[in-house]
Amino acid sequence: MISITHFLIVSACIFCCGLYAVLAKRNAIMILIGIELMINAAILNFVAFGRYDKSNYGGQIFALFAIVLAAAAVAVGLAIILAVYRHYKTINPDNITDLRD
Amino acid sequence: MEQILFYAFALLAIGSALLVINLKNTARALFLFFITLFAMAGLFLFALADFVAIVQVMVYVGGVLILMIFAFMLSNKELLTDLQSISSRFIAIPNWQSMLVTLGFLAVLIYSIVEWKDQTPDWIVNNINTNNIIAATDNNIEQLGIKFMTQYILPFEIISIFLLMALIGAAHLSRKEENR
Repeated sequence: MISITHFLIVSACIFCCGLYAVLAKRNAIMILIGIELMINAAILNFVAFGRYDKSNYGGQIFALFAIVLAAAAVAVGLAIILAVYRHYKTINPDNITDLRD
Repeated sequence: MEQILFYAFALLAIGSALLVINLKNTARALFLFFITLFAMAGLFLFALADFVAIVQVMVYVGGVLILMIFAFMLSNKELLTDLQSISSRFIAIPNWQSMLVTLGFLAVLIYSIVEWKDQTPDWIVNNINTNNIIAATDNNIEQLGIKFMTQYILPFEIISIFLLMALIGAAHLSRKEENR
């Protein structure tokens, strides 16, 4: 039986990988991957805590909800990235600075 | 044996995540992201969440990544060349500001986790003492189905409507300009 601290430390490392990708990457698809990594770290935390909650199964249920939310986020995010590319001809977030047309 | 396998999966997940964020080539990073997700699914098994691990493999590896790779490959040639970096370096030079922020945040997280270890919440201690934790022999999927249809029926319905909304929105957003 693995103690919960191990899970938390692994998920902290994965979360920081995602944070670095979001902060440092110059390309919107890699930023989306960073967000996915952070969501995955959160799911690992849900699952690790959910093990001690047999009466409600809250951790596993909300891990499944988080997976669905991540899938929806990716679908909408990729559609927005493609639309932004069509308009600005770049997907580097540093170059996308106008709110108006 | 369990410990060794857990550390192997953890090393695989962290190592491939580090490689994903350091590779310059987006196509390679996308395919390496597969390995990270598989290793995360393996880690879920050690928390006795077999159904969540299978859903992770089906939804992420079968859905999300295929979607990303399709979007990557179906988009214009300029997008592809835009994604390829100008430099031919295999591994990117770390951006020191983001590195600093990330390492600082990691230090805070690890410190708080280590400090928290002595102060486990009461409900966890109670459930361990009354032996009310999920065991390896439990039938998780049956319990999850019962919980989804009774206790968590409202979030379940809301999330299905939300998923429908998100997919319609994605289809609407990715239409061609002239059809609007």
